[in-house]
Amino acid sequence: MSSELDELYQSVILDHNRTPRNFHKLDDATAHAEGRNPLCGDMFDVWLKVAGGRIVDVAFLGQGCAISKASASMMTQAVKGKTVQEVRELFEQFHSLVTVGDSGGGGTALPAKLEVFKGVRAFPIRVKCATLSWHAMRQALDAAQKEET
Amino acid sequence: MTPLAASPPDSSRIGRSGTGWDVARVRADFPILTREVRGRPLVYLDNAATAQKPAVVIEAMERYYKTGNANVHRGVHALSQEATLEYERVRELAAKFLGAGSASEIVFTSGTTAALNLVAQSYGGSVLRPGDEILVTEMEHHSNLVPWQLVAERTGALIKAIPVMQSGGLDLASLEGLLGARTRIVAVTHASNVIGAINPINAIAAMAHEVGAVVVVDGAQSVPHLRIDLQAIECDFFACSGHKLYGPTGIGLLYGRQSLLEAMPPWQGGGGMIREVQIERSSYAPPPERFEAGTPPIAEVVGLGAALDYVGRWDWEALVAYEQDLVAEAARKLGGVSGLRLLGEGADRVSVLSLVLDGIHPHDAGTVLDTLGIAVRAGHHCAQPLMRRFGVAATLRASFGAYNTHADIDVLVEGLQRARQVLG
Repeated sequence: MSSELDELYQSVILDHNRTPRNFHKLDDATAHAEGRNPLCGDMFDVWLKVAGGRIVDVAFLGQGCAISKASASMMTQAVKGKTVQEVRELFEQFHSLVTVGDSGGGGTALPAKLEVFKGVRAFPIRVKCATLSWHAMRQALDAAQKEET
Repeated sequence: MTPLAASPPDSSRIGRSGTGWDVARVRADFPILTREVRGRPLVYLDNAATAQKPAVVIEAMERYYKTGNANVHRGVHALSQEATLEYERVRELAAKFLGAGSASEIVFTSGTTAALNLVAQSYGGSVLRPGDEILVTEMEHHSNLVPWQLVAERTGALIKAIPVMQSGGLDLASLEGLLGARTRIVAVTHASNVIGAINPINAIAAMAHEVGAVVVVDGAQSVPHLRIDLQAIECDFFACSGHKLYGPTGIGLLYGRQSLLEAMPPWQGGGGMIREVQIERSSYAPPPERFEAGTPPIAEVVGLGAALDYVGRWDWEALVAYEQDLVAEAARKLGGVSGLRLLGEGADRVSVLSLVLDGIHPHDAGTVLDTLGIAVRAGHHCAQPLMRRFGVAATLRASFGAYNTHADIDVLVEGLQRARQVLG
């Protein structure tokens, strides 16, 4: 098997695809957004519960490929407990990781676990899969913050 | 033969050797087939998206730009006259290829999508009244659905759909109930871009004409795989694309019955489609020019001409038999992959197959295949209603063309087994 493929479908990604974490609806969410890729039909709902500027809970539901589902699952783990500002920084770093293969450092270190998505950069068409739920989450945060102001 | 045309066709029929299809000879005409993808020989099974181009098409377009570039229908100079002659030669060629009664029934468009939008806006826009009905099918590509939605919204017409059966065929039993005095247009694909199912146009048209509706056929997926004869197909409009027929992108054909085209208002205004223009109003050129506003894609028409010259020399009987053999073998061998299901397997089909792998998203399988040099399409194929009908979000589609081989099928099957291994 090609090394690019090995790098893309690491066991942790396949594991999160098979048994996604925080894979449910969040009834007391304060923010919600839908991520949809019209090209492939993938769609995810992301719910956030934000309190005191912090993500106290996060969950998602939906359907998509292994990359998009595992990414959503691992994202929920990565952002839980973080402040809104930290999560926004994580978004930038994750985006940089899957497009140029380097998170670029920055204030809030990207959890090492997310490095498994580095392999996506060899498949540019799959970047949208990896970032679909991240974009939805950011959209939810934007909407929630707009409501506050 | 005009100066821009390709060299005279070889009188010997290409593609045929003995009783079969000489695939090796055809493959040699397509330069891209020698390239490697990710270190593997390219196995191109995405022909339903677009077909590869033979060298004669690429060379004809290059020759046009190098030696013949000029606008058509506009100049008194030699280059413009040559370009115009070639442009109109290709129209004649297209009419002959499709079996249209006359070249004036052939409108050049940018593709099937533009052709269908033209019919929807111009024909539909002028005949539809509130409460009139447009009948489509559940298996339409978005390009034979959304244009009708747009004109329905504008005119107050309603859209109904002929259901697709589990077998992949249209539920013709329901057609009688769907057709009525208000049915003005029946828009149906000749062959599904997802499952390859071939629809019985004449049976549908007979019933549609009975209630006075016109029949619009999306031929994008049938033209590359079946010998089309519009004298034998009872449709009123027929749309297809050059790029799926081994020609360039950006050029397509709309066939329309002369009497219908003549009664239709222009779709887009501009140069080339007028008779006389005043500040406040204009009169329009007869069809087909009426529907070709602006400078057309001339190089693409030249390329299409080369493609039609090329495929016009094929032994289509041998090609159809060969592709049918390929798709039957592919279906049989794919059936042996664990957890693999083909969609709409009961219908007659062109060489297009859609499959789902139990527990594996088509995009992931598609990426595994990509690393093996295999090009397939993964997604909803611009046919979301059909995806919904079969209860899937997406499929993996393998589509075979004139240059595909039996060995390609084996590579695909191995690739899917590999996907099963990698993705669990």
